[in-house]
Amino acid sequence: MNHAVTSSQSRIQTAFEMLGRFAFRLFIRQGALPYLLVLAVITFTVVADNFLTADNIFNILRQSSFLVIVALGQMLTLLTGGFDLSVGAVIAVASVAAALAMQWAGASLAESALVVIVVGSLVAMIAGLSIGAVNGIGVSVFGVSPFIMTMGTASIGAGLALYMSGGSPVYGLPMEFSDTLGFGRLAGVSYPVLIMAFAAIVMFIVVHSTRFGRYLFATGGNIKAAQLSGIGTKRSLFFAYALCGLMAAIAGILLTARLDSGDPNIGQAFPLESIAACVIAGVSLRGGIGRVENVIMGAILIGIFKNGMNLSGVDSYMQLVVIGILLITAVIADQFRLKYIARAA
Amino acid sequence: MVHECHATDRDGQGGPSPILKLAGVSKRFPGVTALEGIDFTLRAGEVHVLFGENGAGKSTLINIITGALSPSDGHMFLNGERVQLDSVYAAREAGISAVFQEFSLIPQLTVAENIFLGGEEEHSRFGLISGARIRKQARKLLDELGFSISVDRSVGHLARAEQQMVEIAKALRWWPSLLILDEPTASLTDHEAQRLYSLVEKLRERGAGIIYISHRMEEVRRLADRITVLRDGRHIATLDASNADEGQLVQLMTGRTIENIFPEIRHEPRAGKIECSGLTTRSNKIVEADIEAHEGEIVGLAGLVGSGKSEIIRAMFGASEVRSGSVHLRGEDITRLSINSRIRKGMFYVTADRRTEGMILMASARENIMLPALDLPHISTASLVWGKAERAMSQQLAQDVDLQPPNPEQQAAAFSGGNQQKIMLARAMVRGPSCFLFDEPTVGVDVGARSAIYKFIGGLCEAGAIVIIVSSELPEIIHLSHRAYVVNRARVQEELSGDELTESNIARHFIE
Repeated sequence: MNHAVTSSQSRIQTAFEMLGRFAFRLFIRQGALPYLLVLAVITFTVVADNFLTADNIFNILRQSSFLVIVALGQMLTLLTGGFDLSVGAVIAVASVAAALAMQWAGASLAESALVVIVVGSLVAMIAGLSIGAVNGIGVSVFGVSPFIMTMGTASIGAGLALYMSGGSPVYGLPMEFSDTLGFGRLAGVSYPVLIMAFAAIVMFIVVHSTRFGRYLFATGGNIKAAQLSGIGTKRSLFFAYALCGLMAAIAGILLTARLDSGDPNIGQAFPLESIAACVIAGVSLRGGIGRVENVIMGAILIGIFKNGMNLSGVDSYMQLVVIGILLITAVIADQFRLKYIARAA
Repeated sequence: MVHECHATDRDGQGGPSPILKLAGVSKRFPGVTALEGIDFTLRAGEVHVLFGENGAGKSTLINIITGALSPSDGHMFLNGERVQLDSVYAAREAGISAVFQEFSLIPQLTVAENIFLGGEEEHSRFGLISGARIRKQARKLLDELGFSISVDRSVGHLARAEQQMVEIAKALRWWPSLLILDEPTASLTDHEAQRLYSLVEKLRERGAGIIYISHRMEEVRRLADRITVLRDGRHIATLDASNADEGQLVQLMTGRTIENIFPEIRHEPRAGKIECSGLTTRSNKIVEADIEAHEGEIVGLAGLVGSGKSEIIRAMFGASEVRSGSVHLRGEDITRLSINSRIRKGMFYVTADRRTEGMILMASARENIMLPALDLPHISTASLVWGKAERAMSQQLAQDVDLQPPNPEQQAAAFSGGNQQKIMLARAMVRGPSCFLFDEPTVGVDVGARSAIYKFIGGLCEAGAIVIIVSSELPEIIHLSHRAYVVNRARVQEELSGDELTESNIARHFIE
């Protein structure tokens, strides 16, 4: 009897040990992301009754779609060993520019809502691409540090958005704009989620299967080795920032549709949240390491946290505190992981 | 200051006991044995010269003495007491000070601040550094040394020779009992060097022990009491300076046993060639260089580290900016072309510095190998990379260079140094170039991988490629190249071929 008890105890013990070892190996391979996801889902399911429902899951996806799109752009700059602090300002500029362009086009150009929407969206994307290009030229041609360059354009962008709009939201957009891109669904899936899915697929191919993507990794991995291999590292840097600006602008258009107005004050949380999404997903701040699918999950994780905290009634100011803690925890866990890998190698 | 030195040269047993004694010291790095069973003594009041080629183990030995590395084996005694120095700080506390070729100065700080960096607490009150005291002390020290440098200038604005003086002053601020000088006159003018010699003599009179690394016969003759020759990480001989002559030293330094690792390579030069004429780079690391290399021959560039020999092939490849002169490949002027265009014309340069400009360590071997070739038509179409073709090609190249383990999907950092070098060779091969520029192709590579690399390079030459090898290791130059140039002090000094190509002939141009 006694004997039987100890043997079943020891069997449980070995099972736990095996589970522990598996968990550790998973952590070493994938980092903290899977654990944070599981932790978040369990916690919020327990705390908020309506967290784990089909409706809410679609909600989370839609709410996260903007951040996913921005984070995918942010990832490009991180892969080269830089980052982009101006994504928030780009979103604001894109939003105001789209709204003003649509106002103008609606009044003087066309009756057709489609034309108006296309004009507005194009103007916003060109604006985002331009700010991104300025970042790209500064970093690649003039060798300005990404921190200073993108902080500078962030100030420029924020100032322009406020100036163009007079500091208050721009209304008078065609109804169809917000009815489709803001609240509409196609085959039951809302437009932002569809666009996010499309952007994710394109980015996956660009980052992991094109020469441009490979050159980004090489530029961030070892810029001198890349140069000695005949790679135009300046070109890689330029396009990383330009495309990052474009992605932020796309997110800006979708947010404008959701708000049904061009708002110079949106986007402020995006620089931190997009970098956090990437870093939590294991993208190296030193460049050269990262996977698109992980970045998507990283952005969705932040979406889950924000949604879950809303449902469980966490104060919105305190949510900022939690996001900050989440970012730092993930980075510390990642440092620990990398140190372990370095020691094991 | 003086009493410290007295304390160290007293020994109690009568007769001069050594300040420093190393017994059977070895140092092994993964895959490489840098030092093997070194015995070494340094007496109080002597200048002991360390002599040897690059890679002989001098730097490793010094790093062990200064506590930057800990020995894998063997013991170290200071004044007869066994010690274990586990940091540079501990070594400094024990009275050991070193001046390295790479300056440990902070360019933004002033001369005085640099000299007392890390020692500020002795010159501070209540945790506040007294700038005036530091300046006064620095001025006193520099005066004593006879260096006329303003203590308030920031080091970044000083000439290299002046920086060297600050570095020396920094090492001497505590009047160490054991001073290490690593080619201290490399950047000094004759006048300044004379100053340094009398300074070294003054320290010797005070009873300090000095380890002095130099390739210059003049200063070896003037300063040395004893000379220890190292070669391949082994202790070869320790001689009294009075009965050592130059020929003997050169022979001891270079006369290694040549293991059978060098292949026979046919020499069938053809008309096609790469040449540079009057080549001067913007850095002035190379001045007015004229060299040429033909298809079907291996040309060696010999010289010590810092002689400027690498700069020649870097400029040929476009990795260093050319001030004047020209580079021609098969008659075409390529002086102003980008690296990318040169690669497309069939050139490739393999760097000596794997870590900082060679490998992308976090990427796989495949990604490292394929980097220059992603735009080849069968690898990618309209920017889309064909994974299957890429994997097949990298697998083939890994096989060609005998990569171990033969798995190109493994992360580059997980390969040994020798195999990382093979990855770089595979990368050089990937576009099938016809002109190879190798910069120290076997640096940090063990003997096994070495012979594979030599065979590989020989194969390239026999297949009709232009091959230039830059190497600090004389046997590599002697046994691989058909013709060689000796580079010293930024200039091509001599061209040697056939029977003239001997180690002593080359080494003669190294030491003046």
